[in-house]
Amino acid sequence: MPQDALLRLEAVSKCFPGGVVGLDSVDLDIEHGEFLSLLGPSGCGKTTNLRVMAGFETPTTGRVVLAGRDITSLRPFDRPVNTVFQDYALFPHMNVAENVGFGLSLRRVPAAEQKKQVAAALDMVGLGDKIRARVAELSGGQRQRVALARAIVCKPRILLLDEPLSALDAHLREYMQMELKRLQSSLGMTFVMVTHDQTEALSISDRIVVMNKGRIEQIASPAALYDRPATRFVAGFIGTMNLLDARFVGRDGALLRYLSGDLPLELSADANALATDGQMHTIGIRPEDLVANPQAGAATAPAKINSIVFHGRALRMHASTAGGAALVIDAPRQAMQPAFDVGDIVHVSQRPGASCVILAA
Amino acid sequence: MRAAGHRFAAGRNWLGAYVAAYLVFLYLPVSLIPLFSFNDSIQAAFPLQGFTFAWYGTLVGNSALSGALSNSIVVGVAAAAGATLCGTTVAYMEIYGRSPLAQAVSMISRLPFLIPGVIVGISLLIFVNLLGFGPSRLAIVLGHILVALPTSVLVMRGRFASIPRSMSEAALDLGASDWVTFRRVMLPLSLPAVGSAFMLAFLMSFDEFIVAFFLASTEPTLPLYIWSQLRFPKSLPTVMALGTMILTVSFVIAGLAELLRRRGLSQMTSRPAPAGPFKP
Repeated sequence: MPQDALLRLEAVSKCFPGGVVGLDSVDLDIEHGEFLSLLGPSGCGKTTNLRVMAGFETPTTGRVVLAGRDITSLRPFDRPVNTVFQDYALFPHMNVAENVGFGLSLRRVPAAEQKKQVAAALDMVGLGDKIRARVAELSGGQRQRVALARAIVCKPRILLLDEPLSALDAHLREYMQMELKRLQSSLGMTFVMVTHDQTEALSISDRIVVMNKGRIEQIASPAALYDRPATRFVAGFIGTMNLLDARFVGRDGALLRYLSGDLPLELSADANALATDGQMHTIGIRPEDLVANPQAGAATAPAKINSIVFHGRALRMHASTAGGAALVIDAPRQAMQPAFDVGDIVHVSQRPGASCVILAA
Repeated sequence: MRAAGHRFAAGRNWLGAYVAAYLVFLYLPVSLIPLFSFNDSIQAAFPLQGFTFAWYGTLVGNSALSGALSNSIVVGVAAAAGATLCGTTVAYMEIYGRSPLAQAVSMISRLPFLIPGVIVGISLLIFVNLLGFGPSRLAIVLGHILVALPTSVLVMRGRFASIPRSMSEAALDLGASDWVTFRRVMLPLSLPAVGSAFMLAFLMSFDEFIVAFFLASTEPTLPLYIWSQLRFPKSLPTVMALGTMILTVSFVIAGLAELLRRRGLSQMTSRPAPAGPFKP
């Protein structure tokens, strides 16, 4: 095995007293300088995963290796890793400068040097003028940035962020997402962020680890995760996706042909994808990759519109096929000529050139 | 609707009467002591005979009384220091260490609540005699540490439990050892509770009678002095005056302890300041 990953989790499992499984044999490589998100619903193990990296939880089995060194049994204070907590965990009895300087003071950094680094860290997060402020005087967004400064001033090999933006309002959250991304690339530091917000993960991560029930479902870039979800869970969790049971009906060069009820679907296959005639698969297709036609055509299936929801640039139609399958179709608004109504029969087809994906259970 | 509202109002009246009766039951007997301490009569009986400060005058220059008072203060401070130290460490290990052993120790240290004072007194008397130093101020201090320990543990435990776990984790994460985490984060955050625990422990020792009764040698504490004076009917008003002073001091200390206990609690649970207009 190559040892080039910055942090490597090897078959890490964590069982809590009472038999609750927090992590179930997780393997994960974190590369130098990447922005990695751990994404999943609550209770999926993403926070436990982060706490194992920070040293707050000891794995029941498995190893944690940082830059080739086994740190599985090291306590948090012996790890070159720092955390930004969900509730920020600023020390209320210290002012901003003392909070940010806490880590440095423990490392026996000379006082003058401490002062310089604290000021630099606060400048970096845009709070240079708050250096003497008391924690109680700060707004939520400012506390968050102090927490960031307090962690990055220690120059950790990895910065761990536990749902850092969840307590902020929508405007500020969007702004802080960009701030985090900017900080991460200007520092060249490795960030690992826990979030349950797929939009957040998709917009700032280099790679996303989707977790469910203590296991990793998929590790991929945001685009790959969106375009080629590997499992039903990922498909359901990232954006909206139609999950259709479909039968394999043949191969056409690089295209695999499926039939879901009456609806023909095709997907560009990997060369090594093996399928036999008649085999059933779960196929995922995005709402924007389905087209609702007014007239029947060669590759269409009829469906009845149950509801139409305004979705900004698109209208989202919920329809059901003759076979009873529920479909979600996004139609661009200007293309909706003539307008459909609830109760109409439309003829659904796959958008030409769009691909769908085979999903594992 | 109307009937229901009426019934509710009637219920409220009953509740008010109940609370009033409860308060009278709690505090009427106690309030008799200050009342008679200003009464110009040697008898603690109605009708009142007139107002006087004379009984308070008899407290001044009474060497037996001032000796008992200083004994009580010395014993109280020593016992409170011991109980607070033990209570803080026991509670911290229970909340922070979370080991089954620490939890068992904490439970055991809260148990003396349930042991009758007479039993504690007799067993401690046997114990200090076995140890060789016998009844003495030191013996009372040890007894009072035992008496005050449950309260100290409960006060400190409540405080440590109210500090978010992320606070100690943040300290550890930034490189603080367990000891530094305690000294620089957890202890400063719970200092008001330490003060509160100390004052409550002092008060418990200051007011304690039974254990002191068994363990005192020739140096009585204040409650023992009061007890000894009850044999002389003519010193009853003096005892009333003294009792009033003790009551006042006790209320003040207990009030301060409660204020301290609450202080800083709000600090940790308070929400961040309002965000204000959004400025990138």
